Amino acid sequence: MINLKAKWAAGPYIVWMILFTIIPMLMILYYAFTDNNGAFTFENMVSAWDYVPTLIRSIWLALIATVICLIMAFPFAYSISRKPMSKQKMFVMLVMLPMWMNFLLRTHALAQLFEDNGIINTVLQSIGIGRIQMMGTEFAVVVGMVYNFLPFMILPLYSIMTKIDQSLVESAHDLGANNIQVLFKILIPLSVPGIVSGITMVFVPAVSTFVISKFLGGTDFYLIGDAIEAQILGNSYNLHTGSATSLILMVIVIITMLIFSRIDTEEVEETLA
Amino acid sequence: MDTNNTIIELKGISKSYNGMKVLDKLNLTIHDKEFVTLLGPSGCGKTTILRIIGGFVEQDEGDVFFMGKNINDLPPHKRQLNTVFQKYALFTHLDVYENVAFGLRLKKTPEKEIAKKVKEMLELVNLKGYESRRVDVLSGGQQQRVAIARALANNPKVLLLDEPLGALDLKLRKGMQVELKKIQQSLGITFIYVTHDQEEALTMSDTIVVMENGKIHQMGTPTDIYNEPIDAFTADFIGESNIVPGIMHKDYLVEFSGKCYECLDKGFEQDEEVDVVIRPEDIKLVEPNEKMITGIVETVVFKGMHYEMRIRCGEKLWKAQDTIFEPVGKEVGIHLTPNDIHVMKKSDFVPNNSKEVVTPNPENEGSNEN
Repeated sequence: MINLKAKWAAGPYIVWMILFTIIPMLMILYYAFTDNNGAFTFENMVSAWDYVPTLIRSIWLALIATVICLIMAFPFAYSISRKPMSKQKMFVMLVMLPMWMNFLLRTHALAQLFEDNGIINTVLQSIGIGRIQMMGTEFAVVVGMVYNFLPFMILPLYSIMTKIDQSLVESAHDLGANNIQVLFKILIPLSVPGIVSGITMVFVPAVSTFVISKFLGGTDFYLIGDAIEAQILGNSYNLHTGSATSLILMVIVIITMLIFSRIDTEEVEETLA
Repeated sequence: MDTNNTIIELKGISKSYNGMKVLDKLNLTIHDKEFVTLLGPSGCGKTTILRIIGGFVEQDEGDVFFMGKNINDLPPHKRQLNTVFQKYALFTHLDVYENVAFGLRLKKTPEKEIAKKVKEMLELVNLKGYESRRVDVLSGGQQQRVAIARALANNPKVLLLDEPLGALDLKLRKGMQVELKKIQQSLGITFIYVTHDQEEALTMSDTIVVMENGKIHQMGTPTDIYNEPIDAFTADFIGESNIVPGIMHKDYLVEFSGKCYECLDKGFEQDEEVDVVIRPEDIKLVEPNEKMITGIVETVVFKGMHYEMRIRCGEKLWKAQDTIFEPVGKEVGIHLTPNDIHVMKKSDFVPNNSKEVVTPNPENEGSNEN
C-alpha cells in the first residue's frame, strides 16, 4: 500500500522530468548529430571542435574559482560548525542572504563595482592609486564566479561538519596530534562527502556560466557558455553546432562528476597519510 | 601519605562558566599507580577537573602539576596522558586497527612496532581478530574497548576516563568494571575515573574523591568513605542512609528520635546539634521495647538478597534492610549497636528521599551514538 502511494507521489516530478530534462536532452542529441535537412552527420561535432580552446579556458577559470571557494569555505564552515546553535543559524542566514537576490542582479551589481568609473576605481583614484582595468579581465570573471557560487560550497561543508563531534577533535589532540595533523587526519577525511558535493555544486555551474562572463568579461570575453548561448540564441545562430557543443560540455561535466563521486574517504586518508 | 609518588597535583583550581562557579579553589593530589575516582552528582565539577588535567579546559586560577612540573601551558597533545571519552569519539573513517594505531603513527613509530602494539592492546581489551572491522558497526561495549585500547596504545602515565561505561547496560558495565580494574593493575599506571555511580566507584577505586558543587567533600579509600563518611552529603551519596538530626550530650552519647544511644564518636561540644547517619543494612529489626525507636512497617520490597523495608516512626520514615521478612503493619523496634551510629557535624544538606537512583539505560547498548 505504502509502496503504491510512494510511486504515485513521485508522479508529478516524473512528468516534469520527462518534459524538461529527458525530452530536451534527446533534442540536443538529435540536433547534435543531424544537419539542416535532418540527415545524420558528424559535421557539427567537427565544428564544435573549434571551441576546444574556449572550453579549456572555461574549465581553467571554473577550477580556479572552485579552489578559491574551497579554501575560503572550509575554515569558515568549520568555525561556524563549532559555534553555539543560535550563532550557527545566524551565520547560515548571512551566507544564504545574497542568494535571496536574483543571480542576474547580483552579477550586475558586481559589474557596477568593477567598471572603469565604478565605485572601486573612484575610491582608488581618490586615494591616489589610479584606475585599474578590471572589467573584461579573468580576475573579474573569477571573482564573479566565487561571489555567486561560494554559498554552494559553504553549505554542504557546514552541514557535514556539524556532524563531526568536537570530541573527535579533542581525542585526536589527546593522542598527540597538533592542529595541522588534526586537519589532515581527521577534519578533511571526515568532510570528504561535503567537499565532493561542494566542488560539484560550484564547478558545474561555473564551467557553464555565460551571464558572469557576459556581464563582467565585457565584449571579448568568451567562455563555453557564451559560445553555446550565441549559437542557440545569439548572432552566430546554429542550433546544430550549439547542440554539439552542449553535448561535449555535458560529457565533460559528467566525467568530472563521476571522478568526484568515486573518491571515498579511505582513498583521501591514504593519500594524506 | 608519601608525597614522592605524587603524579598529578592540582593547586587552587577555580573555573567558572558564564559566571557560574564550577570549581572553587580546589586542591587535589593524585598518587602514581592509583585508581582514583572522582565521584559526585552531575554538575559537581568532576568532568571539568578531568578536562583541566587533560588540557581541554583552561582553569581561571590555579596550577596543574604533572610529575612535579607545571603543565598549565602545555597543550593536550603534549601531555603524557590519554583520555577515554564519554562518547567514545572513535574515528569512523578508520578501522579498528587504524584507530588504535592513530597515536603511534603520529609518533612515526615503525610499522612493525605498531603492529605489535596494536595486537597487544586489542588482546588486552579482548578484541582479538577485530582489526579490520569498521568502528561504526561495533556494539557500544566493543566501541568502548577500542577507545580504551586506543588511549592505552600511547603508553600514557595516566589514563583519564570520563564516565566511559555510562552508555552500557548493567551487565556489561559490571563486567567492564572488573576488567578496567584488572587492566589498571596489570599496566601499573594511574587511572582517573569520573562517574556519578557510587557502586562503580566502590568497586574499582583505590581512592574515591567525593565532590559536590565544585568542592571536595571527602577523599579516601572506598572502605573509609563508606564506613566513615565525613558528612551527611557523603553518607547519603555513597550508599543509602538514614539521616536524622541529633544532639550530642557528651562523648559517646547521642540522642536522636527521642532516645539516647551509645556511640563511638567524641570531640563534640556538649549538647551540640549533629547529623546522625545510619545505614539501612546496619538496622536490625527486633521485638519493640521502650528503650529503642519503634515504628510500623509501611512497605516491604523483596530485593533478592534482602528485604527492603520502610519503617514509619511518626514523621520519620526509616529505611531498613533485613534478610528476615516483617509483614506490613507490624510494630517493630530498631536495634542499633554503637558501631552502627555515625555522628557528624551538622550541615545544610537535606537528604532527598526520592534520591536519584542511577539506572543504566539498556536500550543504548549496541546502538551507535551518533
